[in-house]
Amino acid sequence: MSEPDKPHARRVLHFAFAFKKAALSAFVSLVLFSLMVGIRTEAGPTGQLIYWTRFDELAGLVAATFVGSLVIELVRQWLGPAGTSQLVPASVQNGIAFAGRLLPPALLIFTLLVPVIFYDQRYILDLAILVLTYVMLGWGLNVVVGLAGLLDLGYVAFYAVGAYSYALLATTFDLSFWVCLPLAGLLASLWGVMLGFPVLRLRGDYLAIVTLAFGEIIRLVIINWQSLTGGPNGIPSIPRPTLFGIPLDNSDDGLAARLGIEFSPTHRIVFLFYLILGLALLTNWVTIRLRRLPIGRAWEALREDEVACRALGINTTTTKLTAFATGAMFGGFAGAFFATRQGFISPESFTFQESALVLAIVVLGGMGSQLGVALAALAMIGGFELFRGLEQYRMLVFGLAMVLLMIWRPRGIIGHRAPTVYLKEAHVISSDLVKEGHG
Amino acid sequence: MSGKSAIFDRGKTSFNFAGKCANDRQRMEYFAQQLINGIVLGSIYGLIAIGYTMVYGIVGMINFAHGDIFMIGGFIALISFLILVSFGLTAIPLILLIVLLVSMAITALYGWTVERIAYRPLRHSFRLAPMLSAIGMSFVLSNYSQVAQGARVKPVPPIITGGYELAERNGFAVQVSNVQIIVVLTTVALLLVFTWLVSRTRLGRDMRACEQDQTMAALLGVDVDRTISMTFVIGAALAAVAGMMYLLYYGLVDFYMGFVAGIKAFTAAVLGGIGSLPGAMLGGLAIGLIETMWSAYFSIEYKDVAAFSILIVVLIFLPTGLLGRPEVEKV
Repeated sequence: MSEPDKPHARRVLHFAFAFKKAALSAFVSLVLFSLMVGIRTEAGPTGQLIYWTRFDELAGLVAATFVGSLVIELVRQWLGPAGTSQLVPASVQNGIAFAGRLLPPALLIFTLLVPVIFYDQRYILDLAILVLTYVMLGWGLNVVVGLAGLLDLGYVAFYAVGAYSYALLATTFDLSFWVCLPLAGLLASLWGVMLGFPVLRLRGDYLAIVTLAFGEIIRLVIINWQSLTGGPNGIPSIPRPTLFGIPLDNSDDGLAARLGIEFSPTHRIVFLFYLILGLALLTNWVTIRLRRLPIGRAWEALREDEVACRALGINTTTTKLTAFATGAMFGGFAGAFFATRQGFISPESFTFQESALVLAIVVLGGMGSQLGVALAALAMIGGFELFRGLEQYRMLVFGLAMVLLMIWRPRGIIGHRAPTVYLKEAHVISSDLVKEGHG
Repeated sequence: MSGKSAIFDRGKTSFNFAGKCANDRQRMEYFAQQLINGIVLGSIYGLIAIGYTMVYGIVGMINFAHGDIFMIGGFIALISFLILVSFGLTAIPLILLIVLLVSMAITALYGWTVERIAYRPLRHSFRLAPMLSAIGMSFVLSNYSQVAQGARVKPVPPIITGGYELAERNGFAVQVSNVQIIVVLTTVALLLVFTWLVSRTRLGRDMRACEQDQTMAALLGVDVDRTISMTFVIGAALAAVAGMMYLLYYGLVDFYMGFVAGIKAFTAAVLGGIGSLPGAMLGGLAIGLIETMWSAYFSIEYKDVAAFSILIVVLIFLPTGLLGRPEVEKV
């Protein structure tokens, strides 16, 4: 500290400072946890609330805060200010870029092979289907949030519309999955346009709250319109999907019987896996194609600057509406898939938590990056599964992870996607055209 | 069994009259009663909405965790109440005062901590980052209280009983309970203190300065970090009061109540014009009245749908809310 020019001067550890900071944190946590953790309340046998103390847990938490804060502060001092020693050599950067180009095809091939590799592991297959469902939802929401830059906190509404459309059409009119799938997508995109209209003039946080309210309205209507949706009890026995009319069960005209192989329930799981993979890839393909069309360019322009967009003559109304409709359509497809996979749906599956989860996937994936969204879905859902053993602590850990990931990587794991088109040349202009040096 | 809980008594009254004779609905007395109930509910929403609108005004973010701060406030009020009663305190006003102060103090510290941990590191990050961090924090808080205090609803016996009968005609009485009076009086008192704080104190001036231009305020010697922290502290303290009022009025708390109350209070803030303090209170009253009237005259199941739909309708025609200033678009 006394000799600042010494190379290791910044590695001097200020123990007193760290100690003081840790003591302060411990005191804050003592006050925070004093009543919430130190005292436990519960309705007693007579219905009267009783309470008992849990000072051990309280002491443990305070001690953990103290030690944690001390360690973090010392590590921070040891490492010095962030960013000073993080220069990555060019060769490593090239290597990363090369691996980055190889990653998507490798990932795709691996995904295609998942049912072959893990044929006997039902758990992994189920998890893979779940991850792919969220990849698809993430890609769908990515159109709205990542490409068009419209913050949608009620995406789960379209998921719900798709699921209920399929469930109701299939149970009431006995339509097959393949007829219902486009219908579900169509209905969901219709709702997307219906949401889109009122929010055309809104932006930013107003838009966020209206979409959130919209999601809640859909959920509340589903809960309360009992004669149509079954209310909180949901819709049971939704038909399973068929392979273009051939059921995947052990009946005489089932797929196994027709092919002359032994029936196994795994067949249906594998079929569902490829179904959702196909749907997800369709979403991805359509998004990538749309991005190269005028409408996709308009979405990206809208994300970058709405005023400039309007000045250039882009019709922001249709641009926004198509973004909502396209995103909603994919949400509807995913919902129909969800309904046929579960065989049972209830409003509980369509809470705000789902919207937040999908939005977290999109933002952590880097807003607009297709690969990033897929990886983020894998990380989030996989992580969620890893913590299944924690039961009631799971959502707590999930929330904490969301906060920490945002602090660590506010722009997502993969990084922000730049607009697809931009002027590649930066013109060097003469210094007499600008005031300070050249621009 | 007599007066087991205020909510059940009130529920019984309104349900009976709603069910038994539809004629009652056309009466002035019925309307007056619903008006009182709506104002009380609106006061609670307004108190929460102020926290949203203040934070939005200064930091420009939706503090999603604010509803859960309100829930924490309710829990802390409940626990401190239980402890005080078990210590043998019997003077209800004294108990209420201590509970109010304890719950305000601890909840304010929660607000401070949330800002310090989840928002301050993202102060200059892009717009979505603090919002997602706030959503994560909201999950953390609600699940923390579920883990710490259990998932079941916590009922308390009515703490304040009694009330006044304002008018009575043909068997239908317009009543105002003491709890309702206390809720409204506390809200009004707090609003007066709060208005004084914002318009007459150094802190209030700093807050207004930060709202206009943080960089300029910092250049002129305003401690921006401290001011933002204080904004969260004040917002959380008001939410704690709302939580305590909720506990007194409804006689229960649970870990999930923060979400719905939070969305409605945010709706109130947006309805009133986000960033505007009188707007937040006005929006709170509007949402409270809409919700109560809708339950009284239409269907109780769709009261939340009504509140959210009105939000959407208002925003179509008044995109900046009732009292909000139109945003100047910079190119």
